[in-house]
Amino acid sequence: RDRAQIPLQEMPTQAPEIRVANMQEVAIGYTESQVRIEAMRCLQCKNKPCIAGCPVAIDIPAFIDKAAQGKFAESVEIIKQSSLLPSICGRVCPQESQCQLYCTVGKMHKDIDQSVSIGRIERFVADYAREHELEKVPQVGEPTGRRVAVVGTGPASISAAADLRRGGHEVVMFEALHKAGGVLVYGIPEFRLPKKIVEHELNNLVAMGVEIRRNYLVGKTRKISDLMEKDGFDAVFVGSGAGLPKFMNIEGENYIGVFSANEYLTRSNLMKAYAVGEALTPLFDSHKVAVFGGGNVAMDAARTAKRLGAEEVTIVYRRTEVEMPARKEEVAHAKEEGVQFLYLHAPLRITANEKGRVNGVELITCELGEPDASGRRSPIEIAGSEKMYDYDTVIVAIGNDSNPLIKATTDGIEVNRRGNFIVNEETCETTLKGVYAGGDIVLGAATVILAMGQGRKAAKAMNDYLQTL
Amino acid sequence: MNTILSKQRLSAEVFRMEIEAKEIAEARKPGQFIILQMGGDFGERIPLTIADADPVKGSITLIFQAVGETTHRLALFEVGDTIENLLGPLGKPTDIKKYGKVVCVGGGIGVAPLFPIVQGMKRAGNEVKVIMGARNKDLLIMEEDMKATADEVIVVTDDGSYGRKALVTEPLKELCEQYKPDCVVIIGPPIMMKFAALTTKPYGIHTIVSLNTIMIDGTGMCGGCRVTIGGKTKFVCVDGPEFDGHQVDWDNMLLRLGTYKSKEQEAHHRCHIGMHIKEGEA
Ligand SMILES: Cc1cc2nc3c(=O)[nH]c(=O)nc-3n(C[C@H](O)[C@H](O)[C@H](O)COP(=O)(O)OP(=O)(O)OC[C@H]3O[C@@H](n4cnc5c(N)ncnc54)[C@H](O)[C@@H]3O)c2cc1C
Ligand SMILES: Cc1cc2nc3c(=O)[nH]c(=O)nc-3n(C[C@H](O)[C@H](O)[C@H](O)COP(=O)(O)OP(=O)(O)OC[C@H]3O[C@@H](n4cnc5c(N)ncnc54)[C@H](O)[C@@H]3O)c2cc1C
Ligand code: SF4
Ligand code: SF4
Ligand code: FES
Ligand SMILES: [Mg+2]
Repeated sequence: RDRAQIPLQEMPTQAPEIRVANMQEVAIGYTESQVRIEAMRCLQCKNKPCIAGCPVAIDIPAFIDKAAQGKFAESVEIIKQSSLLPSICGRVCPQESQCQLYCTVGKMHKDIDQSVSIGRIERFVADYAREHELEKVPQVGEPTGRRVAVVGTGPASISAAADLRRGGHEVVMFEALHKAGGVLVYGIPEFRLPKKIVEHELNNLVAMGVEIRRNYLVGKTRKISDLMEKDGFDAVFVGSGAGLPKFMNIEGENYIGVFSANEYLTRSNLMKAYAVGEALTPLFDSHKVAVFGGGNVAMDAARTAKRLGAEEVTIVYRRTEVEMPARKEEVAHAKEEGVQFLYLHAPLRITANEKGRVNGVELITCELGEPDASGRRSPIEIAGSEKMYDYDTVIVAIGNDSNPLIKATTDGIEVNRRGNFIVNEETCETTLKGVYAGGDIVLGAATVILAMGQGRKAAKAMNDYLQTL
Repeated sequence: MNTILSKQRLSAEVFRMEIEAKEIAEARKPGQFIILQMGGDFGERIPLTIADADPVKGSITLIFQAVGETTHRLALFEVGDTIENLLGPLGKPTDIKKYGKVVCVGGGIGVAPLFPIVQGMKRAGNEVKVIMGARNKDLLIMEEDMKATADEVIVVTDDGSYGRKALVTEPLKELCEQYKPDCVVIIGPPIMMKFAALTTKPYGIHTIVSLNTIMIDGTGMCGGCRVTIGGKTKFVCVDGPEFDGHQVDWDNMLLRLGTYKSKEQEAHHRCHIGMHIKEGEA
């Protein structure tokens, strides 16, 4: 019980006024002594309620116990039995609605923010093992003579590829972009997830013998049927993500200065446009930016806009802070960095000057009504409350749908109303034999840990399936 | 991978390169394009139409005009060099079928992507007339190729230094009235496509244009290439690049193409100084 009295270890971060002028990681990471103190706050509960909150059921008390003893390499080995990407998930998981939501310590204090910082400890031990080269390169199975194609290189595909390679199969990954990593590379900014960590995970795959082919758009360069019938692939895993930006279909959405969050973030992250003077991809000069949306994507876009020099950045959200789906920590960081929040407002139209450049947005005030299908109270527009606001840039961050390319070019793959692949829940097999799928293409825009979990589930079923051939 | 097999200079600013790209050469159809990226982390991604391909040899041909920094850097590449990143074929192929009488209109560098369409339209059994224009004689490309393929070729230049002194819209209007084509295909600078599409509109002739919006990924992920077609938003890289010329919101597209103009001009100027290239030369 005394353990519960140990104060929560705050995460050291770059000061807000400094970090808004650079792209480096905001959260610096615990020190060794901090991580051990934080790990000691864990009560090692017999019923382990936290595990139920982790989508891949990491043995949380066990890895925290090793961390408390300073046995970081052993700690990370425990995590790696369930999760292949702890450096990444420790950083980007929405812990407050997953593992930490169930933590007994948080419950005792009647405050989730007082839960054991499971994610921060996970991040520390994984970083420690990587930086001290203590990781074990996963054992590759005996060659089976089977070949598997993996479409995409996001977290679903990374984890599927690793497990398939462990099964002894030849694995080739196909990535449309010139850099591998999926959203981890083109979407989530450097200041939240350093790209060298993603590169490290991809290098591990290469070290295991996985081949990564970039600049290859499956469905265009070659179709799935070609891969299976002509190129000798015995099975395919599709982890093509949810890369189709939604727009709102309001007036003025195609004016100059209106961006999807995907475009805005891709220019900065993938194309490195933030390195002004070095990068050839140009950036738009923004002074007053409105970001529509309230998720992680909206926070990333808003905080990127700040770093790229915008004087004023406002998140415009239809509901209130309570309903915002973004990670709590990102919202707190955004506020510290001076991002403003305009709750209970919805955009009606975008206006432009005679050169077609954005000069304003009309917003309407909302109030909360009855809960909708998502369980959140739905916003109701208040008639007569329309008002014009000055902005020169609009970033639309209201989510992504599934890219329809693979469905459109592959006979036999069925999708639901939203365009997500329909799969067998147990095996992740699609409606086409030998083709499996996981991650955002199945779940809709979801999370890294869920994508990873599905990649592993699919790989397990694929390893079984390949044995029957 | 992606080794440059041959390189020719077609005019002061226009280059033809044949590049090794086996899978793209096998899959590509007329009207499709590639996206290339070079120069390590900091290079940009630019789209170029596949002007020709040899599936046996496993190569594609690009014809490009050096207009800014990335195309200038590409122009400096020589035979044997490799292009780091080359993605394709992208976009939907041209709707090639038997229309009857087809007029193909090419302006400037647009003549290059037009050529495989002229070939395709001929092969599909159409009678094909070509109108090709350029600012002046020096900028005219592929006249011989066109003459060897099309049933008739009309050449115009803005300054009258070769062929007829006219804009492409003049002979196009005459053909609309006298020849009455069943389909018109227009590829060239956006402003030319706009006025050429306006020329065919009163005659109700099916008009195909190939749009060249600013792109990044080319896979439908960013939405940067979007245009308004018949009041609806479309992504040029996946829904196009070809659309019904009478449905395009040209003014919005032209404005969007100028989004980064001032920055591009600065970069272009800097690259002329850095690479010791005279203005107007690549
Ligand atoms: C800006 C942003 C911030 C986010 N923040 C968080 C966060 O904090 N926490 C969290 O848990 N989740 C977050 N997410 C969600 C998370 O990133 C995704 O759920 C996750 O990346 C999905 O993984 P995936 O493997 O399914 O696909 P993706 O990561 O989307 O990767 C798919 C890859 O496949 C490639 N591809 C697509 N089609 C083809 C094709 N036909 N041929 C070849 N390659 C193809 C794409 O180019 C891409 O690289 C965020 C998402 C975004 C956009
Ligand atoms: C589908 C398609 C096919 C094309 N085919 C050809 C071709 O076969 N031959 C050819 O010479 N040109 C072609 N273009 C145009 C070519 O992509 C641009 O000339 C090139 O991107 C200019 O880059 P830059 O850095 O040299 O010049 P910049 O000075 O940076 O740009 C010059 C102008 O090109 C446009 N542009 C800038 N960046 C991009 C970009 N990333 N994507 C598209 N346009 C951009 C803008 O309007 C800009 O004002 C095509 C464009 C599209 C969309
Ligand atoms: S993977 Fe995510 S949910 Fe699971 S323990 Fe780690 S931070 Fe928590
Ligand atoms: S619920 Fe909290 S205190 Fe209990 S074992 Fe899990 S992390 Fe430790
Ligand atoms: S170029 Fe990104 S969607 Fe078309
Ligand atoms: Mg450029």
